[in-house]
Amino acid sequence: MATASHRVTQTEATARPPQEAVVVRFAGDSGDGMQLTGGQFTLSTALAGNDLATFPDFPAEIRAPQGTTFGVSAFQINFGSCAIDTAGDQPDVLIAMNPAALKVNAKEVRDGGLLIVDEGEFTARNLAKAGYEQNPLEDGSLAKWQVVHFNISQLTLDAVKPFGLGNKEALRCKNMWTLGLALWMFDRDREPIVDWLKKKFAKAPELAEANIAALNAGHAYGETAEMGAPFKQHHIAAAPAEPGLYRTVTGAESLALGLVAGCQLAGLKMFFGSYPITPASPLLHHLARLKEFGITTFQAEDEIAAACAAIGASYAGQLGITSSSGPGIALKMEAVGLAIMTELPLVVVNSQRGGPSTGLPTKTEQSDLYQAVYGRNADSPVPVIAARSPADAFDCAIEACRIATRYMTPVILLTDGYIANAAEPWRVPDMSNYQPFPVSFFDTPPGEGEAVMPYSRNEDLARPWIRPGTPGLEHRIGGIEKAPGTGNIDYRPEVHQEMTNTRVGKVLGVANSIPDQEVCLGREEAELAVVGWGSTFGPIHQAVRRAIAKGQDVAHVHVRHIWPMPKNMSVLLKGFKHILVPEMNMGQLKTVLRDQFLVDAKSVTKVSGHPFRIAEIEAAIDAQLGIDSRARVEGTTFTTSAGENA
Amino acid sequence: MNEMTTITTAKDWASDQEVRWCPGCGDYAVLKAVQRTMPDLGVAREKTVFISGIGCSSRFPYYMACYGFHTIHGRAAAIATGAKLANPELDVWIITGDGDALSIGGNHTMHVLRRNLDCQILLFNNEIYGLTKGQYSPTSRVGTRSPSTPFGSVDRPVTPCAFALGSGARFIARGIDVHKNLPDVLKAAHAHRGASFVEIFQNCIVYNDDVFASFTEKQAAAEKQLWLEAGQKMLFAGGAKGIALDRERLALKVVPGDDPDVLIHDPTNRQLAAMLILMPTEAYPIALGVIYEDPRPTFESAVIEQNEAAASGKTPDLQALVAKGQTWMVEKEPHQI
Repeated sequence: MATASHRVTQTEATARPPQEAVVVRFAGDSGDGMQLTGGQFTLSTALAGNDLATFPDFPAEIRAPQGTTFGVSAFQINFGSCAIDTAGDQPDVLIAMNPAALKVNAKEVRDGGLLIVDEGEFTARNLAKAGYEQNPLEDGSLAKWQVVHFNISQLTLDAVKPFGLGNKEALRCKNMWTLGLALWMFDRDREPIVDWLKKKFAKAPELAEANIAALNAGHAYGETAEMGAPFKQHHIAAAPAEPGLYRTVTGAESLALGLVAGCQLAGLKMFFGSYPITPASPLLHHLARLKEFGITTFQAEDEIAAACAAIGASYAGQLGITSSSGPGIALKMEAVGLAIMTELPLVVVNSQRGGPSTGLPTKTEQSDLYQAVYGRNADSPVPVIAARSPADAFDCAIEACRIATRYMTPVILLTDGYIANAAEPWRVPDMSNYQPFPVSFFDTPPGEGEAVMPYSRNEDLARPWIRPGTPGLEHRIGGIEKAPGTGNIDYRPEVHQEMTNTRVGKVLGVANSIPDQEVCLGREEAELAVVGWGSTFGPIHQAVRRAIAKGQDVAHVHVRHIWPMPKNMSVLLKGFKHILVPEMNMGQLKTVLRDQFLVDAKSVTKVSGHPFRIAEIEAAIDAQLGIDSRARVEGTTFTTSAGENA
Repeated sequence: MNEMTTITTAKDWASDQEVRWCPGCGDYAVLKAVQRTMPDLGVAREKTVFISGIGCSSRFPYYMACYGFHTIHGRAAAIATGAKLANPELDVWIITGDGDALSIGGNHTMHVLRRNLDCQILLFNNEIYGLTKGQYSPTSRVGTRSPSTPFGSVDRPVTPCAFALGSGARFIARGIDVHKNLPDVLKAAHAHRGASFVEIFQNCIVYNDDVFASFTEKQAAAEKQLWLEAGQKMLFAGGAKGIALDRERLALKVVPGDDPDVLIHDPTNRQLAAMLILMPTEAYPIALGVIYEDPRPTFESAVIEQNEAAASGKTPDLQALVAKGQTWMVEKEPHQI
């Protein structure tokens, strides 16, 4: 039966009024189905009209030894009646399915937060596996939180008894029992989950029924058990949102949709070459099911072949796209060089992860910016775009397709593991609002005695796209330096100089067709600009919002076009007194800003595999402005000047 | 492929680019053979693409007056795969060498053969790295002295056709750069639907001259060349000798040409193909011509068939796609922030 141990001060209890936003984390063994539970809770949250952001955090091992701390899988969701930009700094509620999950996650829960624990798993063996010498439910070590524990395992077994499942299978329904309880806590409708279970277990109706019974039992438990003050039902009102049709998307989903849309807007068929790698594979999985949009997906023998096949497809007149994560992108880069040299369109998607080498395959990082901007042999620039959120990935994918086809160039599109896996509500776009950018293949043969000119240039310095199969325009291309116009092999010094200038100039010219850099929060010429890129958007935006609320003169600038940068960037950055660049790497965008604009950009860096917390960026802002000069927040390094860590 | 006969001459297939191989290089002979063969194939120049990797032989596409793509080291097969999937109408030729196809690009060679992409793969085997000035290659014989192996190479060479057979190739043939039969081998390779693997023994006059002389020299040719023809007896030495099966040892043996056990060549016999490919060069002739041919559906046809089946009955509605899944309507803003 429930027990609740309190030692919570009034301040702690009211530190965060739960009716505005709540952060809930589900944590259990990697076999406990926590990602599934989180995903379904996310759906119910979205349907309730709350704004939300999620953070799935799972181990690299598929099935790590049961009960161990390194096998803990967690899913965090931040939802509320206000705009939500991050998955939340500290959970308000932790649901821990075993001792290891409690051990790994409890320390992150805010003081006074609620811990819901399955005491049925707190056996001597499991406690030992998690490294507990004593049972934390009994030794008072959890006193700063509100703890509710009951035997979820047994309650689940009781609930599914009528369905005659084996013990192991019956216990698999635990996550649905827990979900039922969570649905009760936040006053949610069970119907969509019931529908989903029926569909998921259509071929095994007894499993569907057992899971539904567990879900209902968890819900009923919340309703009937009297557990005292901390454990009560909350109703979170719908968040303000622009009117329209909404759905939730993960970054991988919206990226897939954006690439489909990009190819449709270009009027091209898509060729997607990829090789399985975490966390990029979901993109291949999504696209593999969309054949009716003229998509060919090709699982190549390796990363190199994936990129090369995409180049071959572009050569033949489709839009070649290849996707991977950092280590795979490294393998593709020689092929990207070929696409630069032969001036063929190619979209290269990098779902970044922690590195170098294998690094942290399931954890997020944004440390491949140097690789994208500089990571090839020779003078070989390519446009680089970075998505800031799951929903933003849709528009970035379209933009990548537009630039690749208009300028006949490879484009690198950066996303990361966090964006790929995280979900957020997305207002379904009206596709009629998107301007098509149809590609036209060159097919006019030269006049008598005139040469084919595959390397002639238009006003964008782009060369014509001539598909093999076009009569009268037979020509040869290749990775060797070539003469302007004809493309015939030509190594002469002046030719290499001219062609290099042209290739560099063409990519810089992309700046002519991208929008000016906007300040997304705060004012131009503020005292401090926090400049970010990619998935750090959420925490930066919230931190700047809080800073402005405190009366600080701070602005948020978020860069989508990493290379080339918008034309107004120099003037914009020079208008700010200070520039702070928080990144999940050791300072890569900072380097580019310093190099390109000669501004005194300073770094806030974090490479723990977890996104920034709002508080970490807030502290960095405070330190920069000389307020509460707490320069160091745990896990974050704040650099006050070049190369010198405070 | 274009089934209509297109009338061209060898000259129509020669580009205006100056050929830049060393004087006396075997590549000239192969280029001539290919240019001479193309008109007989009845294919259109605009639908023909030569895709190469890196190495001396990979300059080949520049000299053909059709479409051509000189790519990067070892990756021609991968690029050809994308091009053929994107436009199956293209007649794709892959030009590669022993280093390109079997060292840096070994993986792609294996997979293009396994998948059975419809293309012709001409592997110019000269048992040496020519373009980088003479280092030993994966087909160089043990003991090959080169700038990188001044005391002789110690690693054993790969047999290209055995590699192809092991990779699942459905067409395997051999030819010699200067031999009059090469156009016939090329025609057979082109006629085969699927990945046609052709090893061409090509003499590198600068770094590995006469490495194949033991069977290419005029005096040795009759005794050392076994030209295979489907349905015909496996005879050589002007018909004086033949190949038969040694049933005790499950191997091939050389017998007099009039021996009733002389085998009839059946290119669909995979076991026999393996034995022919691996005949030791000292005691046996070298098997040439079409050694193995047993067609299977091609990769691109299977991909296209599946794509069409998966798409059939579905309308590509982008607006419907982005609005898929569980959705909800926000009528008006619930409240202000």
